[in-house]
Amino acid sequence: MNLIPGIHLAAALILAPFLLGVINRTKARIAGRAGAPLLQLYFDLGKLLHKGAVYSRTTTWLFRAGPLVGLAAVFGALLLTPFGKSGAVLAFDADLVLFAYWLGLMRFVTVLAALDTGSSFEGMGASREVFFAALAEPAFLLGLLGLARVTGSVSLSAMLPEVTAATWLAAGPALALIAAAWLIILLAENARIPVDDPNTHLELTMIHEVMVLDHGGPDLAMILYGAALKLWVMGALLVSLLTPVRYGVAWQDALVFLGGMLLLAVGIGLIEGAMARLRLARVPQLLMGAFALAALALMLIMK
Amino acid sequence: MSLVLVAIGILMASALASLLLARAPRLATACGVAGAILAGLAGLVPSFRVLLTGAHESLAMAWHMPGGNLHIGLDAVSAVFLIPVFLLTALAALYGGSYLRPFWGKRSIGFAWFCFNLLTACLVLVIVARNGLLFLMAWEGMSLASFFLVVFEHDKKETREAGWLYLVATHLGTAFLLIFFALLGREAQSLDFDCIGTMPQGIANALFLLAVIGFGTKAGFMPFHVWLPEAHPAAPSHVSAVLSGVMIKTGIYGLVRTLILLGHPPAWWGWTLVGIGLSSGILGVVYALAQHDLKRLLAYHSVENIGIIALGLGLGVLGLSTGHPLVAQLGFAGALLHVVNHALFKGLLFLGAGAVAHGTGTRDMDRLGGLAKTMPWTALTFIIGAAAIAGLPPFNGFVSEFLMYYGALLACLPGGLANPLPAIGLVAGLALIGGLAAACFAKAFGIVFLGAPRTEAARHAHECGFAMRLPMVILAAACILIGFGAPWAVAALKPAVAGLTGVPAAQVFGAAPRSMTLLMELMIGFAAVAAAVLLLGFLRRRLLQNRPVRRSLTWDCGYAAPTPRMQYTASSFALWFVDAFRWILRTERRRSLPRGYFPDAAFMTTETPDGFRDLVFRPVFAQVRWALASLRWIQHGRLQLYILYIAATLVALLIWYASCL
Repeated sequence: MNLIPGIHLAAALILAPFLLGVINRTKARIAGRAGAPLLQLYFDLGKLLHKGAVYSRTTTWLFRAGPLVGLAAVFGALLLTPFGKSGAVLAFDADLVLFAYWLGLMRFVTVLAALDTGSSFEGMGASREVFFAALAEPAFLLGLLGLARVTGSVSLSAMLPEVTAATWLAAGPALALIAAAWLIILLAENARIPVDDPNTHLELTMIHEVMVLDHGGPDLAMILYGAALKLWVMGALLVSLLTPVRYGVAWQDALVFLGGMLLLAVGIGLIEGAMARLRLARVPQLLMGAFALAALALMLIMK
Repeated sequence: MSLVLVAIGILMASALASLLLARAPRLATACGVAGAILAGLAGLVPSFRVLLTGAHESLAMAWHMPGGNLHIGLDAVSAVFLIPVFLLTALAALYGGSYLRPFWGKRSIGFAWFCFNLLTACLVLVIVARNGLLFLMAWEGMSLASFFLVVFEHDKKETREAGWLYLVATHLGTAFLLIFFALLGREAQSLDFDCIGTMPQGIANALFLLAVIGFGTKAGFMPFHVWLPEAHPAAPSHVSAVLSGVMIKTGIYGLVRTLILLGHPPAWWGWTLVGIGLSSGILGVVYALAQHDLKRLLAYHSVENIGIIALGLGLGVLGLSTGHPLVAQLGFAGALLHVVNHALFKGLLFLGAGAVAHGTGTRDMDRLGGLAKTMPWTALTFIIGAAAIAGLPPFNGFVSEFLMYYGALLACLPGGLANPLPAIGLVAGLALIGGLAAACFAKAFGIVFLGAPRTEAARHAHECGFAMRLPMVILAAACILIGFGAPWAVAALKPAVAGLTGVPAAQVFGAAPRSMTLLMELMIGFAAVAAAVLLLGFLRRRLLQNRPVRRSLTWDCGYAAPTPRMQYTASSFALWFVDAFRWILRTERRRSLPRGYFPDAAFMTTETPDGFRDLVFRPVFAQVRWALASLRWIQHGRLQLYILYIAATLVALLIWYASCL
């Protein structure tokens, strides 16, 4: 019995909220502030789990089911996510489709929970979320398709560890384009700048944050933790793609991967510190850009 | 086989009995419903038997018609199409018995049940017919019976117009099928399907194109779909379920049968089908997003799902023509499973929409809202259908799309298709369709069932009765069952896939254990998430046990007097999409903005008419009408002269025939 994927899964479950701490610390440092503790999200989660709950009278069982199903769905995606150059707990052919669709299920229930409140702010956020996601989905899958072609395999756990320095030498430009497309999608799907601002408190301009305005207590804890896991799974794909080394020794590969995740978090922090949020009308263009990058990568690969 | 005949017999007998009992609506309904359910039970037995064993049953009798015997047969491909027919018509009949209750005494209920059971019998006959002439007769019966069901509420002008459009469209399609079978019969010297051998490539190509247009009109391929979003919403909801769930699938069945009859396909057929699939799939869901009428939205989703099925068929044809058996098998398996799946969830959703219309009196989404509280059963089953049609795991829609994705991914690998462009299109297209469909059903479910009621009608909604709830619950259960039972559902399709690809059933999906493990692992993924939901639910319950849980207002940004009318509507939810696709949709906007310090009432309405109908077909038909106006003098309404025309034509033909001998 191979315990390593299980250990990796536990590590991901424990470390995911840490990434957000690193992002926020980086942002704060760029802005010249000391910033919140690196473990701030853990404290927040602990606090929320000790609270009671307030539910709107407008809502139904769907509002309460939303956080449960959303967190469970992203957990389903995590089961399929390779830990850097080491395979996932669950791996089979075309598991990348299931990966994308678990994230789709998570979004679907979050959107429904938002609509359940009957608030027009939340409806607004829900409408934006589904539109941007519909644009991001094809770009994401096209990137995976290109990677499948390069590595000759259609399972996440087989294709991502397959990417090594030799692969980068052979298909470097295409892989770089895919990585760029995925970075844009990662920022958009995880409600980061330049698509959405996680710190904003103006309901009219928000996307993800406005959808969860009415959740509180353990429900909000599940949503925040689910968002951290989502950042982890999408970040893990990007970091695995960008890591050109593979030692074949579990702890060495794990260290490289964790270092990569840390760098990614710092990178996201740098982007957020250096950029302003785009106007909403510009976001579809950014996502179309991601699609174009992925399509271009595919052309280079297929040629 | 004999049980299929028994089912057809029961349907015909109950149809006639309902017609005779037309004066007693209660008896006519009882007759029609009982007939449909009994026939469904009788017909499901041989269908499942053939599907599971892969056996081929057939029956041929001499008859007084040219072109071969009266020949019917039941193979695994037919069984895949028959199972949804029997299941959905039985459930729809049970539902329809209550649904038509308000019309007792106002409409001829007996005639409605006559048409319903006749339609079912014709659907069965189309699928088991093994003779072109029998097929066409059943096809025409199906079209006419469904036409009368569509115009059930013929006192409404838009219903009559929808029925008229449907009648014209379906007969134009049938005209292509007449040419199709005439050409087929001339080449094979017989209309019996068993006697059709290999054709010259040119003839096969012509037959394929005729089939795409003729069958595609019935199936609702874009741009032959224009009748579909008009006719399906106009019919009573249980009929809409049957029309969208199974009747349009006879078009797919015809295409599948054509592919089997014509043998080895060239690659461009696959390209054509993938192209049709992409245009139907993407445009179907884009049009659906712009709709306000719940049933119209569902009708456009039928176009979308037919597109997905066409994508699977196209991938199968490409795999077959280029010698990639696994790609072909996955494409066909995905398409066939989606045929069954779409019947289940679209049937379910139309029944749900009917329950909404029944309980509130309106189908306009912007006048609904908050129905999840007053109609809990409908809401629960509708959300399962919505998640399934959006292709989300762990429901059945995901499984069929997963098979297609897998096939397309394999086709793109090195050593896959020489030109993988259609497979790439399939992956990107399915991803886009999936995202848009999820958005559309978030809108449909969210606006209708969630939030607060927007009007009085929605506030006073009532749940439907048991006879209407039971069919929805059964269909929702089937959606979950095929999702979690994916390995067995796909294994059951092997004989049918074998029939399409021409390999023995045991060899479908290559080394059998591999494909089974793949789907088993998929199922482990489903089970893990389901377990996680239960565990998290349990944890939250424990956490909240001794803590305050209050009910309060929705956060309204400090505004003190929110009203339900301030909620996001279906139109506002879809605004991003409508704006992004305005170059296709051409949505018409009428509005009067509030002006001055004391503004008057303001309004804004949007409407999205079908572009193909208004910009393509309407001008063409106007020209045709103008051109044919000069022949108007023949048409004067005198019956005896019409009979004279027929007699004269016959005599002329006989003379021509005699001179040819």
